[in-house]
Amino acid sequence: MKKYSGFSLFSNALSYHENWQKIWRSPKPKREYDVIVVGGGGHGLATAYYLAKVHGITNVAVVEKGYLGGGNTARNTTIIRSNYLWDEAAQLYELALKLWEGLSQELNYNVMFSQRGVLNLGHNLQDMRDIERRVNANRLNGIDGEVVTPARIKEIAPLINISPDCRYPIIGASWQPRGGTARHDAVAWGYARGADALGVDMIQQTEVTGIRRENGTVVGVETTEGFIGARKVACVTAGNSGVVAAMAGLRLPVESRPLQALVSEPVKPCLDTVVMSNAVHGYVSQSDKGDLVIGAGVDGYNGYGQRGSFHVIEHTLQAICELFPAFSRVRMNRQWGGVVDTCPDACPIISKTSVGGLYFNCGWGTGGFKATPGSGYVFADTVANDRPHPLAAPFDVDRFNTGALIDEHGAAGVAH
Amino acid sequence: MLLIHCPHCREDREEEEFSYNGEAHIVRPLDPESLSDEAWGDYLFFRKNPRGVHREMWYHAVGCRRYFYAARNTLSYEILHTYCVGEKPQIDAANEGAGA
Ligand SMILES: Cc1cc2nc3c(=O)[nH]c(=O)nc-3n(C[C@H](O)[C@H](O)[C@H](O)COP(=O)(O)OP(=O)(O)OC[C@H]3O[C@@H](n4cnc5c(N)ncnc54)[C@H](O)[C@@H]3O)c2cc1C
Ligand SMILES: [Zn+2]
Repeated sequence: MKKYSGFSLFSNALSYHENWQKIWRSPKPKREYDVIVVGGGGHGLATAYYLAKVHGITNVAVVEKGYLGGGNTARNTTIIRSNYLWDEAAQLYELALKLWEGLSQELNYNVMFSQRGVLNLGHNLQDMRDIERRVNANRLNGIDGEVVTPARIKEIAPLINISPDCRYPIIGASWQPRGGTARHDAVAWGYARGADALGVDMIQQTEVTGIRRENGTVVGVETTEGFIGARKVACVTAGNSGVVAAMAGLRLPVESRPLQALVSEPVKPCLDTVVMSNAVHGYVSQSDKGDLVIGAGVDGYNGYGQRGSFHVIEHTLQAICELFPAFSRVRMNRQWGGVVDTCPDACPIISKTSVGGLYFNCGWGTGGFKATPGSGYVFADTVANDRPHPLAAPFDVDRFNTGALIDEHGAAGVAH
Repeated sequence: MLLIHCPHCREDREEEEFSYNGEAHIVRPLDPESLSDEAWGDYLFFRKNPRGVHREMWYHAVGCRRYFYAARNTLSYEILHTYCVGEKPQIDAANEGAGA
């Protein structure tokens, strides 16, 4: 792999940028791999990267039915934060945030991680009680955060409407300065390039259609391109996890729902932070290109259609216009949906299964982008050592039978 | 926006009038005390999540305020039919096309 640098940019300019190296190979699948990662989203690619980088397991393939990063990874609104309430979740998301902080260097790929801060607004007394509790819990876990007043919110985001006589006045917020955004496909591409350089095969346009087992242990996967053998199979298929689990006769407590987002035409810089509101249900940031990136709520019903209902978007835009009256004149450019894998306690499942050598990492629902590096890191460790990484242990699928749920509906309540 | 036929009102109404109550036909355990942890977990949390026809419960929240069932395709979002609680579905899942 050729390293990216100021010098490589300069020297490639001399040949009109026509000689850049392909960022990953596209090999034919081998007969057998030590590990097959099913699903080439950010989480799957990060898993493959850390398997190779940290655990020296390089005979790995990522099998993706579409193109790398084309699932929720490329459809999300890229909000990154770690201010979750419970210790288990906070530690997992904080591991991810720490990895984000060094990720561009680690991968030699600019993932455009921007720590522009995240505001979570409160609109009523109970919101503020929850916010104070969560910020206190965060600080006890060594995670940055403060409770801020409307005046301070106005300083951070001058276009925001803090007038006390709107329908749902803003009465405070939590503020996590280390939170922010990143470039979604750069994360997928950066991990893919890094994993490829360590020997991992990227197998695109290949759908896994079955999981072959012998004596309760996986031996490989059936795909649209034929059978590929594997000693271990790690499934990271987000909204399609239930379908993939059924291939091995397993059930998961996840339900797949449409989640939508939209972007506006590009406008001049006007919002240099991330603003989210649970209560009125909207969240917005501005991309480096200038478009406002707006996330809507999750649709009410199960769906695999990668599209959602119009009234959900309408509702979100009402909220955005109330928070930022100036945005009412901005035109929207594009709208899309992704299929998110929602879990009853709004926390992920990172788990071994009753089938030997078969692992699942799913249930991230509306908010897994922020966890991409941490998720891949702990899942790779879990797969490599065939036991849960200490930070992943509380997220075993068993918790739905033992009752040890990790209820993050408060911190994860807004789809993000 | 889905147009949903309420079998009570016998009218097609907009999705916003309804709320979704998830998988249909889940039977409440008759003897909860005797359930194992697995069976409890199953009853509480494990739902069918088919990519295809799904039997689900809807509530006509701002209409007649009654519950009913629907067979809906989760990929095309087509609603195959809706029926009242206690009614037998007209067609069975096996004949409804796209897999479970
Ligand atoms: C509109 C929207 C906004 C969001 N906003 C945020 C946000 O602001 N912040 C945040 O943290 N999170 C957000 N999320 C959630 C986040 O996008 C996801 O949790 C995260 O990207 C999941 O990553 P992944 O790699 O697991 O899934 P994906 O990127 O979806 O990857 C799964 C891959 O598996 C592949 N696959 C599925 N089935 C098969 C098969 N049978 N064979 C082979 N491949 C298969 C798919 O094609 C897909 O590429 C949002 C999601 C959506 C939809
Ligand atoms: Zn009705």
